[in-house]
Amino acid sequence: MGVIRESLSGKRIAITGATGFLGTALVERLLRAVPECELVLVVRPGRRGAQHRVDRDILKNDAFDSLRAAFADDPVAAGGLEGETFAEMCSRRVTALKGDVATDGMNFDDESLAVLATCDIAIHSAAAVSFDSALDDAVEVNLLGPYRVAKALRDAAEVRTEPTPAGRAPGTPAHLVAVSTCYVAGSRRGKAPEQLVNESPFFVDVDWQAEVDNARLARVEAERASRQPDRLEHLRGEAYGGLGPAGGPAISERTEQLRQRWVGKQMTHAGRARASSLGFPDAYAFTKALGERALVETRGDVPVSIVRPSIIESALAEPAPGWIRGFRMAEPVIAAYARGLLKEFPGVPEGVIDVIPCDLVVATILAVAARGPKTDDNGEHHPDVTQIASGSGNPLEYGQLVDLVRSWFTEHPVYDEKNQPISVPEWSFPGRGRVSRQLGRAQKGLDLAEKVLDALPLRGRQAEFGAELEERKDQLERASGYVELYGAYTECEAIYELDNMYELWNSLDDNDQANFAMDPKLVHWPSYVHEIHLPSMVQQARLKMSPGNRQTSSRNDRLRKQVLSDNRQLAVFDLENTLIASNVVASYTWLATRHLDAPDRARFVAKTLREIPTLLALDRADRSDFLRYFYRRFEDAPVDRLAEDASEMLSDLLVTKSFPAGIRRVREHRRLGHRTLLITGALELVTEPLRPLFDDIIAAEMSVSNGTYDGRLTVVPPTGEARYQTLVDYASAHDIDLQEAVAYADSSSDLPMLEAVGFPVAVNPETKLASIARKRAWLIEHWDKSKGAPSRTLPIGPLSHGINSHGNNTRGTSKSRKFLTRSKQ
Amino acid sequence: MASDPRRKAPRPGFVLDVDRSTPPILFHHGDNFRLEKLPPGRSRVIYPAEPLPGLPDPEESIRQALLNPIDDDPLPTLMTPGMKLTIAFDDLSLPLPQMRKPDIRQRVIEQVLDMAAAAGVDDVHLIAALALHRRMTEAELRHALGDRVYDAFAPQGALYNHDAEDPDGMVELGQTRHDEIVTMNKRAAESDLLVYVNLNIVSMDGGWKSTATGLSGYSGIRQHHNVDTMQKSRSFMDRHNSELHKSNWRQGEVIKNHGPRVFQIETTINNNTFGYDGPLSVLQKREWEWTARDRATFLGMKTGLNAMPASSRRKIFQSWKAPYELTSVQAGEVEAVHEVTLENCFKQHIVPVEGQTDILTLGLPYICPYNVNSVMNPILVMCLGLGYFFNMYRGQPLVREGGVLIMSHPTPWEFHPVHHPSYIDFFEQVLSDTTDPAEIEKKYEKQFAEDEWYRHLYRTSYAYHGVHPFYMWYWGAHALQWLGRVIIVGGDPRSVRRLGFQPASTLQDALEMASDVVGPHATITHMHNPPILMADVS
Repeated sequence: MGVIRESLSGKRIAITGATGFLGTALVERLLRAVPECELVLVVRPGRRGAQHRVDRDILKNDAFDSLRAAFADDPVAAGGLEGETFAEMCSRRVTALKGDVATDGMNFDDESLAVLATCDIAIHSAAAVSFDSALDDAVEVNLLGPYRVAKALRDAAEVRTEPTPAGRAPGTPAHLVAVSTCYVAGSRRGKAPEQLVNESPFFVDVDWQAEVDNARLARVEAERASRQPDRLEHLRGEAYGGLGPAGGPAISERTEQLRQRWVGKQMTHAGRARASSLGFPDAYAFTKALGERALVETRGDVPVSIVRPSIIESALAEPAPGWIRGFRMAEPVIAAYARGLLKEFPGVPEGVIDVIPCDLVVATILAVAARGPKTDDNGEHHPDVTQIASGSGNPLEYGQLVDLVRSWFTEHPVYDEKNQPISVPEWSFPGRGRVSRQLGRAQKGLDLAEKVLDALPLRGRQAEFGAELEERKDQLERASGYVELYGAYTECEAIYELDNMYELWNSLDDNDQANFAMDPKLVHWPSYVHEIHLPSMVQQARLKMSPGNRQTSSRNDRLRKQVLSDNRQLAVFDLENTLIASNVVASYTWLATRHLDAPDRARFVAKTLREIPTLLALDRADRSDFLRYFYRRFEDAPVDRLAEDASEMLSDLLVTKSFPAGIRRVREHRRLGHRTLLITGALELVTEPLRPLFDDIIAAEMSVSNGTYDGRLTVVPPTGEARYQTLVDYASAHDIDLQEAVAYADSSSDLPMLEAVGFPVAVNPETKLASIARKRAWLIEHWDKSKGAPSRTLPIGPLSHGINSHGNNTRGTSKSRKFLTRSKQ
Repeated sequence: MASDPRRKAPRPGFVLDVDRSTPPILFHHGDNFRLEKLPPGRSRVIYPAEPLPGLPDPEESIRQALLNPIDDDPLPTLMTPGMKLTIAFDDLSLPLPQMRKPDIRQRVIEQVLDMAAAAGVDDVHLIAALALHRRMTEAELRHALGDRVYDAFAPQGALYNHDAEDPDGMVELGQTRHDEIVTMNKRAAESDLLVYVNLNIVSMDGGWKSTATGLSGYSGIRQHHNVDTMQKSRSFMDRHNSELHKSNWRQGEVIKNHGPRVFQIETTINNNTFGYDGPLSVLQKREWEWTARDRATFLGMKTGLNAMPASSRRKIFQSWKAPYELTSVQAGEVEAVHEVTLENCFKQHIVPVEGQTDILTLGLPYICPYNVNSVMNPILVMCLGLGYFFNMYRGQPLVREGGVLIMSHPTPWEFHPVHHPSYIDFFEQVLSDTTDPAEIEKKYEKQFAEDEWYRHLYRTSYAYHGVHPFYMWYWGAHALQWLGRVIIVGGDPRSVRRLGFQPASTLQDALEMASDVVGPHATITHMHNPPILMADVS
């Protein structure tokens, strides 16, 4: 048995951040390599409690695969009891403890403290590592976290009434091993020794308490600024731009989302700005540095050891080669490069990119924990620092890494949607400014393209192109985020010294050195990158490594099956551009021209064409208003004649312009016993011939007097949130669960309706809906008109021969004169 | 060109043996053409007969037929004041293409109406006997009957399309001795006299099929429009060897006993599909007789067509009206009349052919009975090739059992949404599942036939009945059973595969593919149709 296992045997170890990358690896290694220790995992409880979180988010991870297999094979050899399963071993050795390092007092109660009191060692690995975390979030977790853990350990020691099983006496706090980062040394060149931050001559000593206060204040100020009328108006405009005429409630909800996002961005920016003003690459390093400072200052009698890894990457060997949790620092950049998105990345080829496999970090932490706190000759505890990094002993040069990545992706290209391999570009190692400018230009181009697309009335596949563009824009935005953030790291040319680490390493016996490898010199970079890191990374990033069927088609099949399941109760359809490539203007024009002679038809068409921009603008602004305004044109139209014309229009306009697949879908729903409902802003007289297709139709109705329409609506066309309300009323009247309903629509103005049902389907979506549907993984259908349909540029009714099948003369009677003269104007 | 000797002494159809000197042969290819060199030594081409001379005075011939009917009394004597008279007439599916005005139906009906007026008959209805076909539009009715008839009857609601799905418009006349249901349009069934005006373009048309099918509905038609009957009809173009016709004749017996008195008027036309002169006349000439001018016309036409979008080509061809001439008219008792009609029909169409062939090649034209003013969709391509053309035989099929059928047609994945809505779904849903006629019949027919939406479109729009695509498929059932392989040259590969056939880009490729089935030295026969020919295979 090695020193480490022996020393940790019988100990209870508390761990924070166990759901993270490093934390999970720590738990796994302790369960596997030190069978005699017990663990207390401090986790933020989800809705279903801390234990559930531990079971689901930690123990289910693939890190435990080999240990689980070993237990299934032979529990005793795996370090367990006779006949024990992996789950039984876990419940014997692992205790879940709810707690939150971002809150004062960590949300601990007496009971929690009592549990913590049984621990001999605490490993604090919780951190906010996200590159865009807000300043105050980073402060709460990274700066105040270690301080709070230390305080909790002191409090726990106070409540301890009898020694821990390993013999730690009441009143003696547990040994705290705090995980920090090498980058607390700041952006600078030269050697960075293993010393406390304030011992460094380059450290600008600021009052950490003041930083905490100001970070919290910054949040208050950002919240206030976000509520300024101008800002809110701007945000509402942005929401409208994204959703279109989706109705008041949807816009409001979106506006609030955008406001919160804006506040978040302000806070991210504040963090980055404050960090760089003090010489740190980002808020993470900055808050970590002050966190160390706060810990050392306030630790009281808690013995503290600090372990500082550099950039932690996928495992070299344990728990499995290439094991990684989450999408980490370098991966997004490499993925963006492999996708051909990132053509350049800042940095100098000779620069050192300091990465360290996670199992080496785990070993270092455990070695420090096993060794215990450092004491001076008087037996006094002094906080000590151990760095674990590759830059000093086994540097990986930036140029070398790029070559390795490039050669690997040249051999294993990522495939694009058209199943073409993407060839990766050669990097020219430009400065950070140039890359940012390049990305900025690309982004501006996409912004412009997006604006143009937004302004065009696109649908279906073209609109999906818009959505793709948006996705690309998102990726690009992220890529420039990486450049901004990690670019700073590539400029950190500090060399992190490893004297303490090697002292520790050399103190280990052969057994420990074999089981707890931590020497960075053990890493052979080319094979690590080619054989371990990249193969695992492309899997994590779900990059498409072989040509083949698009995932989306199988996904669509799956979604389609759900939509056409027996359990569905209702299928609700929009009409225009969902089932039929037509609109109210076309049907009006068709009806109005049917009884005009040639010169009048020409005049009518010219006039209607002139009006189209106005009508479109009105339609975009508010669909209900548009319909109310537009339907006034039917004033004085004779009811009988329109009814007769409408049945002819079924053939000449509606069926001709229909999407056969859509019509088929309606009937499939009916066959499956689902109720089918058409909700449309079209006039009832237009939809009348479609009645056999649906169980119910809700359409706009006009009032009638003396056998003519008066152009006023008695039933307001249900659009936007009114359509949603109509649907809700309909569902409750027919005792239908909307979660079991399917809705088909083409435009973002139908968003409230689509969101209301369990199975929304975007049909030939226009740009905005296309991007929303893509993001939310809704089923998208592309329904086309039948190839072979007679094509006509203008929706003009074929001239009636003046006599209908009942022998009535249908040319302008005195009643219909106004309807006709209106058309003639 | 009235002195053209061919008009007076038309040459009969004949079989050409292809040798090295034979020029490339014309293949119809939808709304375009191909010139194909057939392998010498083992290929032959069957040419249709040249158009028979038309009757010199059609009006007088019609009058004589009505006044001197076969096995029946003169039409005027059957008409009495106060009687209920219904005139039913063949619909848009005949003739192909539509003929130049005046249509024969107009000529016949005008005389019938004159006689009815003279007899003081007021209660006259005219019904387009379209069975489960699509309704005819106003323009189409005007073309077939003339403006005078249309304007006199349509406004009163006395000229209309048969509606087999009108719940109040159909009656059941009884059952045949084989328990086949007979249904009929109620107005026709309850008339004192039903005059049927028929236009025979091929030997399948006419006889009891006119009334038993044309004025019937799904429950009556399904008695013979099914896979079993079609597979036993060898062929359905040969009335006396056709199970389809036997069933119709049994239904005719029921009509005779329980239905209205039927006065049948049948007419035949000649093969003058493309005219003696004019742009398309080259299509009814034999290739080695093409003059320099014919060649230039053909080349010009082909270049023009190639440059045009498909929709324009379709428009041009659909607007072609054939200068058909009336070759015979006979009236009176249904069965006796029909025997005379068949004789007249065969006079024009029959070409004696010695022995079968391994490979039958066909050039499919742009039109079939169900896409007048419409789109020739893939299902219709199958029906025209494996249904109509394959069955243009008497005796035994032109191609031997297990042989290969090679057809040339672009077969685009295109459907007319108004005319053929159920075809679209048949193609997308049914054929993607199976192409076996019996399985299709069992699994899907009922669902399509009783579909409420198709019924609605059939009745109020211009759609073929929901079940109609099934009949198209059944029409080819005999051929599907008989053939070893079907290859379509120059078709959209996706639609060809959906049909269950094999696509080939050239005739050479197709012949190569065929050799897998029938060997490398297989005999080839090309049926040079249209103009129409029927092979009498010995």
